[in-house]
Amino acid sequence: MPAPPRNPPAGATSPYLPYPAEIVEKRLESRGVYTFRLRFLDEVRHKNYDFRPGQFNMLYIFGVGEVAISIVSDPEIGETLDHTVRIVGNVTEALNRLDVGDVIGIRGPYGSAWPLEAAKGKDVIILTGGLGCAPVVSVINYITARRDDYGALKIFHGVKTPKDLLYRERIRAWQKDARTEVYLTVDHPDHAWQYSVGIVTNLFTQIQLDLSNSIVMMCGPGIMMHHAVRDLCSRGMRMDQLYVSLERNMKCALGFCGHCQMGPNFLCKEGPIFRYDRIRHWFETPAI
Amino acid sequence: MHTIASNKLAQLFILLKKQGYAVIAPALRDAAIIYDEVETPSDLPVGWTDAQSPGSYRLKKREDDAYFGYAVGPHSWKKVVLPPRMKLWAARREEKGFTISDTTEAPRKLALIGVRACELYAMAIQDTVFIKGDYVDPFYKAQREKLFIVAVNCAQAAETCFCVSMKTGPKAETAYDLALTEVIENKRHYFVAEAGSRRGAAVLAALSTAIARPAEKTAARQVIRKTAASIKRTLDTDGLKTLLYENLAHPRWNDVAERCLTCGNCTMVCPTCFCTTVEEITDLTGDHSEHWRRWDSCFTMDFSFIHGEGSVRSSNKSRYRQWMTHKLASWHDQFGSSGCVGCGRCITWCPPGIDITEEVKAIRKNPA
Repeated sequence: MPAPPRNPPAGATSPYLPYPAEIVEKRLESRGVYTFRLRFLDEVRHKNYDFRPGQFNMLYIFGVGEVAISIVSDPEIGETLDHTVRIVGNVTEALNRLDVGDVIGIRGPYGSAWPLEAAKGKDVIILTGGLGCAPVVSVINYITARRDDYGALKIFHGVKTPKDLLYRERIRAWQKDARTEVYLTVDHPDHAWQYSVGIVTNLFTQIQLDLSNSIVMMCGPGIMMHHAVRDLCSRGMRMDQLYVSLERNMKCALGFCGHCQMGPNFLCKEGPIFRYDRIRHWFETPAI
Repeated sequence: MHTIASNKLAQLFILLKKQGYAVIAPALRDAAIIYDEVETPSDLPVGWTDAQSPGSYRLKKREDDAYFGYAVGPHSWKKVVLPPRMKLWAARREEKGFTISDTTEAPRKLALIGVRACELYAMAIQDTVFIKGDYVDPFYKAQREKLFIVAVNCAQAAETCFCVSMKTGPKAETAYDLALTEVIENKRHYFVAEAGSRRGAAVLAALSTAIARPAEKTAARQVIRKTAASIKRTLDTDGLKTLLYENLAHPRWNDVAERCLTCGNCTMVCPTCFCTTVEEITDLTGDHSEHWRRWDSCFTMDFSFIHGEGSVRSSNKSRYRQWMTHKLASWHDQFGSSGCVGCGRCITWCPPGIDITEEVKAIRKNPA
């Protein structure tokens, strides 16, 4: 599988420079979560921009700073470049004050990608928890657009309350596909909630998993992923069938600033997506 | 090999300046020997030395007029290629959005005088980080190419030095333009000089030198041998990466956390520590913004902060463990070498005097 792309290519110019891009669409996904559709002002740059699902960009807000945000759109639909952002810090709050027509900066893409080639012909199990599910949405979008290349798609999504549920419209669309199953669960249901209650791993007991022919891709709070790994492995899943998307503080995305280290790994280079057996030693060590 | 009489050292400074180099060399400032721009050899800490021990650094007068009779101080040469603060780029508001301009400064021609063997290794280690990876730091690379390096073989080690066991000194081995060994014997004071590059050879040829006699070469070798023999501190690196990887839960981390102030001094004085953070600075009009990079330390809580989750390394223990395991273990996986060159700065400048070699010994003595 070819290495994920890097823009700009090594040595072409200062790798620190962001490039201006216009917000062409801003969509509310859920409480405090928005998807920004961006377009480079430089048409050639927009046309040539390439990435793989799972990679991320550094987004720059004028006068405020940069933040690492994963790309959720389909790489083969060149027109769109979407980023789903949870509004939690200085930079994302400043981004949220912007609207369609405003300009921000982009540099990227950076990092590793989901194993979408290796997953061809297999069942794909997507596991997300909390609000951190943006990185896996890129996978779901990718697979649903190439449905015949993959086996069953089983999406497990757990959040705190029904209000935190992301992508309600998209979930409905995913549910319509005969070979896609969507399992939802919340910690604290309201009276209208019609799905499960409890942690996301509880849902595994309710369904048949073709363990030998599956690939699991997960993203969410550490505690959820720890539970999920333990649970799936106790059911006979091998660790090299599991992929996780991890998060760390990140200042440069170039392997220079040192902030995103997890043991020997720079999350901006070797990550953010890891095959589990390759990150296990570090992931299972607290506060590493 | 050539000899340069000590009173002819000024020629080297003059020649390098004539070639357009600013000369950076050891200098006395605030009761320490640091690296700064100098004019002549008399600006060097002539006749001074340093007494170093865990948590202690004191200057002392020497009994001779040695130009380089001391070990390394709180500065390292990383400040030249990785400035403590540097503007990376600037943004200007436009009618539609903004424009970004690369503000990477043009490098100056710099002659570094008095670079120690361990420091040459430290520079090579940082080269791997900033030049030899997927991305290249443009200022680092450009400045690195504009350096003329005059190494000085150590005639005096500090009590905190441990280069011998790290195989990084005290003799400069590679990647210098000129290497000097200062010899003071029988009322003679001279340097034995060796060129390490063609530029270095050209500079040497333009100075008043004499061909080094066998006795002078022997004297120079003797200086280095004596220094090496005086270095008692050791770090046993055999299997160290695996040892640390397998001992991430060792009780010694709790012990060192009791002493560590997480002040970050070790990371500031370390010649290989490269971590940085960025700051966005706007002017009063709000139309101009600058993106600055500055040195950062893995000992701060902010360093590993994630919105919504807090600091990954919230305990002293986890932060010291990160620093030491990165330096001595994960650095090998990342960059193919240790991140430690045995300069001893982190030992000297640690307020409670934590000694990285002692911490390794404690884990090695009683591994999991």
